Amino acid sequence: MSDAAPGPAHLAGPTPDTVLRDADRARGPVLAADGTPLKRSLNRALRAQKLRALGLIAPLLLFVVVTFIAPIADMLFRSVENEIVGQTLPRTVVALDETWDGQGAPDEEVYRALAADLMVASELKNHTRLGSRLNYETTGMSSLFRRSGRDVDDIGEVYADQFIDLDAAWEEPATWVALMADPGWDERQAAWHERRDAAEAERAAAETVEELRALAFTEREPRFRVSDMAQEELPRTARIYAQFAQVIQTENADSPTEEEPWNIVYQALYEDLSAARGRNYEGREGALLDAARDAVGSFETQPVKAFFLEEIDEEWGDPRVWGTISAFSSPYTAGYFLSSIDMQLTPQGIEPQPEDQQIYGLLFKRTMVMSMTIMFACIALGYPIAYLLSNLPVRTSNLLMILVLLPFWTSLLVRTSAWKVLLQQQGVINDTLVWLGLVADGNRLELINNQTGTIIAMTHILLPFMILPLYSVMKTIPPQYVRAARSLGATPWTAFRRVYFPQSVPGIGAGCILVFILAIGYYITPELVGGTTGTFVSNRIAYHISSSLNWGLAAALGSILLAFVLVLYYLYDRIVGIDNVSLG
Amino acid sequence: MRLNGFWMTGTAALALVAAGAGAQEDQAPESPVAGQPMVDALTIVSWGGAYQESQLKAYVEPYVEANPELEVTWDESSAEAVAGMRAQSEADNITWDLVDVTAADAMRLCDEGLAMEVDINEIAAPAPDGTEAEEDFGEDMLVSDCFIPQIAYSYTFGYRTDVEDWGGESPSEICDVFDLEAFPGRRSLEKRPHNNMEWALMCDGVPQDEIYETLETDEGQDRALAKLDTIKDETVWWTAGADTPQLLADGEVVMGSTYNGRLFSLIAEQDQPVEMMWDAQAYDLDGWVIPEGLDEATLNRVKDFLWFATDTQRLADQAKYISYGPARDSSAPLVGQHAELGIDMAPHMPTNPENAQNAYVQNFEWWADYRDDLDAKFQAWLAQ
Repeated sequence: MSDAAPGPAHLAGPTPDTVLRDADRARGPVLAADGTPLKRSLNRALRAQKLRALGLIAPLLLFVVVTFIAPIADMLFRSVENEIVGQTLPRTVVALDETWDGQGAPDEEVYRALAADLMVASELKNHTRLGSRLNYETTGMSSLFRRSGRDVDDIGEVYADQFIDLDAAWEEPATWVALMADPGWDERQAAWHERRDAAEAERAAAETVEELRALAFTEREPRFRVSDMAQEELPRTARIYAQFAQVIQTENADSPTEEEPWNIVYQALYEDLSAARGRNYEGREGALLDAARDAVGSFETQPVKAFFLEEIDEEWGDPRVWGTISAFSSPYTAGYFLSSIDMQLTPQGIEPQPEDQQIYGLLFKRTMVMSMTIMFACIALGYPIAYLLSNLPVRTSNLLMILVLLPFWTSLLVRTSAWKVLLQQQGVINDTLVWLGLVADGNRLELINNQTGTIIAMTHILLPFMILPLYSVMKTIPPQYVRAARSLGATPWTAFRRVYFPQSVPGIGAGCILVFILAIGYYITPELVGGTTGTFVSNRIAYHISSSLNWGLAAALGSILLAFVLVLYYLYDRIVGIDNVSLG
Repeated sequence: MRLNGFWMTGTAALALVAAGAGAQEDQAPESPVAGQPMVDALTIVSWGGAYQESQLKAYVEPYVEANPELEVTWDESSAEAVAGMRAQSEADNITWDLVDVTAADAMRLCDEGLAMEVDINEIAAPAPDGTEAEEDFGEDMLVSDCFIPQIAYSYTFGYRTDVEDWGGESPSEICDVFDLEAFPGRRSLEKRPHNNMEWALMCDGVPQDEIYETLETDEGQDRALAKLDTIKDETVWWTAGADTPQLLADGEVVMGSTYNGRLFSLIAEQDQPVEMMWDAQAYDLDGWVIPEGLDEATLNRVKDFLWFATDTQRLADQAKYISYGPARDSSAPLVGQHAELGIDMAPHMPTNPENAQNAYVQNFEWWADYRDDLDAKFQAWLAQ
């Protein structure tokens, strides 16, 4: 046959294709029975079909997205998320960024911002949460924030006392509301108050759970509004008072009309007045304000910085504390990922962890090496079994198959505990060896609580995942091929190596992927039999999820593990080809 | 230390109790929420095992008997309580109503705003003699504003009594754990730095009141790890409280640390050749926290239950089933005999004066600060 066989286009006469094309050109598009072009009509029919197919898998798709992909994505997102610092200390972070040069303690301005932030945070009980977060990075932050939260409401007390000494009216919540509130708010608040009292009275008479729930008074107090006048004339005070009112209303479900303001509000008022602001204030309680303005000149003062260092904790003067806050102030951080490769983010940049705290590099390496070992052990043990199973008569092989599957159906914990009984020093295997005289009584083998234990137990547990794909692939290899090779003069070894083995490779590939991926994520078995040298990185992930609560670090470790699997999968695809993987 | 005073009343008082208990029973005033609408279902989170059983017998069953409409669901998740409550709070779906946790976990839950702050006098009934709950528990017990204490337990050592290599001697003090010459054989210690670091320093010559100060420094931490190094090769590290009893029973280890209640059940209930070594036992506390964000009807039920379950008699009853010391001063003289074995429980309590001679209390706040750092160090040391 000639290579240059001419295609239909080269033929002189008409072909079915050209005839159709010509007809098309002559008569326009082919039309369906209802007159629409056939192409469009076909597309529409196909689209409907596709939608129907999509509709059929939609429940499953939705289920997988909602219960699997979304939670995992959310969890992995935590590995970089770090909004808590900026959200809890918004003013401090800004002030620190603007004024601190990284040396020594920051200026008064920063401490003032910190006082306001901490006051709010301690009311919302966020400060201890932030302390726990920062304690992952710098030891001692947890108790520093806890202690500071206890004392922060004393900041500015000296001013509050002096204002109240001046005139007891300063102690009254009503004075402050009169001074600060937008007049319209007053009226709305009073109306709301009446409605609430009526509802409460009704609720107190509730007798059943349903009644109690139905009568819940959910209408919130009208949101506090600072008057324009106060905003203009007493800017510092207005800002912090508005914050106070908001916290009181939303968190404590209380009202600024009933709560004395925080001490730092008095301090802000002192600052406003001593900076000669508020002269043009025209509103309620103006006289009180004028009297205070005349008096503040002789007030005893107390810088916030001094209060922090002397009364709360001298650690607030430590640049290490400020460096940590500053380094972790952005809403996203590489800190967790750095921690998971034994590095740390410090104010000076990225540095390795102290040597005696480096652990993750070792664990990742160990996880990989041991998972590989387990995988190869599974091939070595599983291949002959699968071969035997696939070549025995069906009745016998079914019986043996049950033996393979039996441990598969037994609880993982039971199997692992059984290995404990077998492997421990006073266990069955050691006892037998001592009885046989193979091992001296004082020199029993250490088979558990180390790497050996993990490898033995996990090889056993993961063996079915190797045998099953191997078996189903081997089942499909026709015995004639090996027979043919033998009859053509191959030795049994050559026949196996050149004919049988290559056909079983897809099964090995599938088994390897299954076993390896399951192995690197295992944690119960290594936890129970691995002792100190046979544990995996997944054990640390479990620890950080359930004990240390450092979910960010757990997520970072998990992401790295996931990336490892994907890279290995990619490499496998490049080298072996994923099409060659077969589960049967 | 006040904990030591728990049992000062001694056996003489106990003898009186048998007669007195009946008269004292059910004298606690009605709970402050009695009569208010409350839900008929309660999900209680606890530890499972013998401890949960003691709670069931001592106060859940009696409470349900008095309130037959109530359905109690148990969730044995206390070991993961902090993670669980954080997850529930983030998902805004609180499914637990009452959670049993250790003192350290209660502090963290309170720190994170996941547990509700309570006024102990509104939650727990006064003692039969009228003493306010706050005073009856005492500040040693009330370690956190969210914590409603139930029992004091301890981490302590048990050892096998049939070890031939020991030449008839038996370990009597904490440093014997580190003495491989006099007491050869394998030990089991918990796979976390808590207590192990303290014990190591104690046996390295640091006075008890300077331990945490010493542990704050790098040198102090290295010193503790160096001491642990001397027995590292002979140590099995446990993660579950049941590990040490099992290892002791199997003869895998000759001595090991665990919760004193587990050892009690190994010795008294299972009759194994094991004895307690109380020296340098580390006290810890266990109690209730209420998740933040319960609705009022649920909260009423929780409060009503707690009022009953934490009263003087109920806490004393619990000690009939497990060898943990009741958290109230007023419960101590009411503790009687084991419900099935009929033995006096007092000598088996961690707070018994004889057992408490050299005891110490874990510094929870200190650990809250140093846990992350020391744990990284400890795990790296273990992995070497």
